[in-house]
Amino acid sequence: MNDKNPSAVGIDRRAFMKAGGALLFAAQCPATFATQTARGETALLNSFVKIAPDNSITLIANHSEFGNGAYTVMSMMLAEELDVDYQSIQLEDAPTRPEYYSPLFGEYLTAGSVTTGSTWLPLRTAGAKARAMLIAAAAALWTVDTTTLTTRDGKVHHEASGKSASYGELLAVIAAQSIEPPESVTLKDPSAFTILGKPARRFEGESKVDGSAIYGIDVKLPNMVYGAIARPPVYGGKVVDFDAAEALAMPGVIKVKVIRAGVVVLAKTYWQAKKARDKLAITWDRGANATVSTEQFYADYRALADQPGLLAEDIGDALSAIQSAGDSVIESTYELPLLAHATMEPLNCVARVTDDGCEIWSGTQYQSNDQEVISRFLGIAQEKVVIHRPLMGGSFGRRSSKTADYTVEAVEAALGEDVPVQIIWSREEDIKSGHYRPLFVHKLRACLDEQGLPKAWHQTVVGQSLMQGSKHDPAYMVRGMDLYSLDGCLQEPFGVFPYGTSYQIPNHRVESHNAPRVGFVPQEWRSVAHTHTGVAYECFLDELAHAGGMDPLELRLHLTREHPRMHRVLQTLKEKAQWDTPLGAGRARGMASRIYSVSPIAQAVEITVKENGDFTVDRVVCVVDCGFAVNPLGIEGQVEGGMALGLGAVAFGKVDIVAGEVQQSNFHDYSVLRLAQMPVVEVHILPSDEPPTGVGEQATTPIAPAIANALFNATGKRVRRFPLSTQGFNLV
Amino acid sequence: MVTFTINGEQRSVSAEEDTPLLWVLRDHLQLTGTKFGCGIAQCGACTVHLDGKPVRSCSVPLSALEGRSVDTIESLRNNQQLSVVQQAWLETDVAQCGYCQSGQIMSATALLAENPSPSDEEITQAMNGHVCRCGTYPRIRKAIHLAAERLAQEVKA
Repeated sequence: MNDKNPSAVGIDRRAFMKAGGALLFAAQCPATFATQTARGETALLNSFVKIAPDNSITLIANHSEFGNGAYTVMSMMLAEELDVDYQSIQLEDAPTRPEYYSPLFGEYLTAGSVTTGSTWLPLRTAGAKARAMLIAAAAALWTVDTTTLTTRDGKVHHEASGKSASYGELLAVIAAQSIEPPESVTLKDPSAFTILGKPARRFEGESKVDGSAIYGIDVKLPNMVYGAIARPPVYGGKVVDFDAAEALAMPGVIKVKVIRAGVVVLAKTYWQAKKARDKLAITWDRGANATVSTEQFYADYRALADQPGLLAEDIGDALSAIQSAGDSVIESTYELPLLAHATMEPLNCVARVTDDGCEIWSGTQYQSNDQEVISRFLGIAQEKVVIHRPLMGGSFGRRSSKTADYTVEAVEAALGEDVPVQIIWSREEDIKSGHYRPLFVHKLRACLDEQGLPKAWHQTVVGQSLMQGSKHDPAYMVRGMDLYSLDGCLQEPFGVFPYGTSYQIPNHRVESHNAPRVGFVPQEWRSVAHTHTGVAYECFLDELAHAGGMDPLELRLHLTREHPRMHRVLQTLKEKAQWDTPLGAGRARGMASRIYSVSPIAQAVEITVKENGDFTVDRVVCVVDCGFAVNPLGIEGQVEGGMALGLGAVAFGKVDIVAGEVQQSNFHDYSVLRLAQMPVVEVHILPSDEPPTGVGEQATTPIAPAIANALFNATGKRVRRFPLSTQGFNLV
Repeated sequence: MVTFTINGEQRSVSAEEDTPLLWVLRDHLQLTGTKFGCGIAQCGACTVHLDGKPVRSCSVPLSALEGRSVDTIESLRNNQQLSVVQQAWLETDVAQCGYCQSGQIMSATALLAENPSPSDEEITQAMNGHVCRCGTYPRIRKAIHLAAERLAQEVKA
């Protein structure tokens, strides 16, 4: 065991302010990337650092760890300015209170690949201010000038006299002298960094090789009981009647009751609960979604795509240019399926409801929303809902549920019980959960100029909105359009998104249709809109390159000539991928590039295709510019892994709904990438002095169009409906 | 009542006979390092050693355990020292979310016990039943090679 798991017990700030002379350092935290925030400049007083008399340093972490490396980069930033080993830092989860909300989102939310960028200044500032107070204390203690003092290994040193004092020892001086945090502080120059920018192993890595890491599913509380839920066969269905006689007679079963999610069986162990759940006889009202099917979505969306939509972008005059191009107009429709997240750790939540309020233990990206939804459900004040955050076995967006589905149902199951209840989802419930990357249809039309370059681009996007009707509606819905459905196909920055495609096409028009909200819940999926806008855009761009007789990479180099960061990424890709070196028979390359959460990325793939359509991905070259590379080892892992998630999805990821029912259920029919299919991956991180930007989601999208483009280059067959397994191409 | 050896210690468990070893470990013996992923032996997250061989604990009922020996991820540390495979995993920084890694490490440990110097193909064969949604596959392969090198050095020494 080690102490790298944030305590499963919540903290109360006042309690530890009083406890044992420990001290909290307050830091005024500037909002970074203010242009990205929906709320504009937000300056919050955050408290990130606790130092105890025994010299232990605790980071109060306000971002979640689900494999993203948040704990590692946050502890590195703090450690750098405090001159301590980042692995020596302890970590506690910050309580769900506004002072700990992300200044970028104005919520307690870990998402959008912004953790590193948005904590880059606040956490370093917190560390630097704490250090300044410790130095001031030592200067007062030894009656020397602060400029004669240095810090290393958790101590302040006065080299001239050989004196030193640990940070913990200096706490008493700070208290006695009433030393206040400085108004402002100078952060370390990057040339002086000893931790930031160097490869660093995962902060909580040891707990993840010895089984001691505590995930939500591992939380055990005294007297806790387990719950398994029988959910409706169709999303949104309701219980009409049920017979629990057989279930209630089974060993360990405590209670059976109806909640909004379905019928829950409470039992002494999970296995008892699950077995009894399977014996329930339930009559369902299948509800409004009973006739929904994904094939009908495709048909309806294709019809909508032929109609004028809401106008998102209109640069130049794309319609006239395309109209005057006559027969030489190029037109394609791309179709992207529903995708499940299929996190390795199935969803789960422990809840305890008492007269005083409610506590939950849950892996979540989105504490403030869970808190809000639960407090509304219970009719209690928001601060009465306390959220404890264990580690998460993956998320990919699933654990940022706007409906708070898997947390509020546990609270509902625990309501009226005098013991804590843990709800665990089976894999089948997870795949059928109804929260998916929405299905999208993109209709694209374009024409070329005399040189064969794209002259006009007209993209119509059809799918269900992520943000419509949610509390994010005001920021993300512009004139009825969901910018979160359009990110990745708009050429210019728009609203909350401070970047465009990085390409320049003189006439560029994008229209949007919000499809009716039926059948499932649209949910963010790693890299969000790019998972469909990016695939359609990058495949169609290759179609235009082909039609214009241009090399696809050369075309992108041309289109990004006024976007230096993406241009440099593409130039590097060309070199590192040996783009111009021919491959043997049956082999081909393909590539794609994307800019997401400010960071440009490009990927080139090498594939081998057999005549029967079986193919292997032999090599993937990734080039990314994510600004200053805080942890190159972590970035490489995120890029490799993000790519792998996207590769599995493009190869075989899909959820089908027929007559309202999800057809897939587990890993045997919702196939995911395995070791044998994993290509050799090269990750090239471009050196940069720019502030760090996102890297967790960037690699997930380009792999899909890169593979589809490579398949065309190898076979001449253009895939326009995904996944590839439905089009005769099987990744082996 | 079924009596078996768990991580070197004899224990008796009273539960329905069809209770999978996975839930015996997690809910009856409080050994939560072994993870639930799919429940149908499709993902490998629940892999433990049964009489030294890797098995999916979600698919082994309690009734099959009488007199047998089970080892889980919690058994690999020896006097607080990580095993060679765990150490290789740590140094290679394999884990991201980490949820599948207990199972991956148990299979890799079993592989190296049987085949101290596996080829890439043999690694693929032994490990392909494991799902890692974070896509740590390249580092899993690298860590197994590193552990094999270390084990070879130990044999020489």
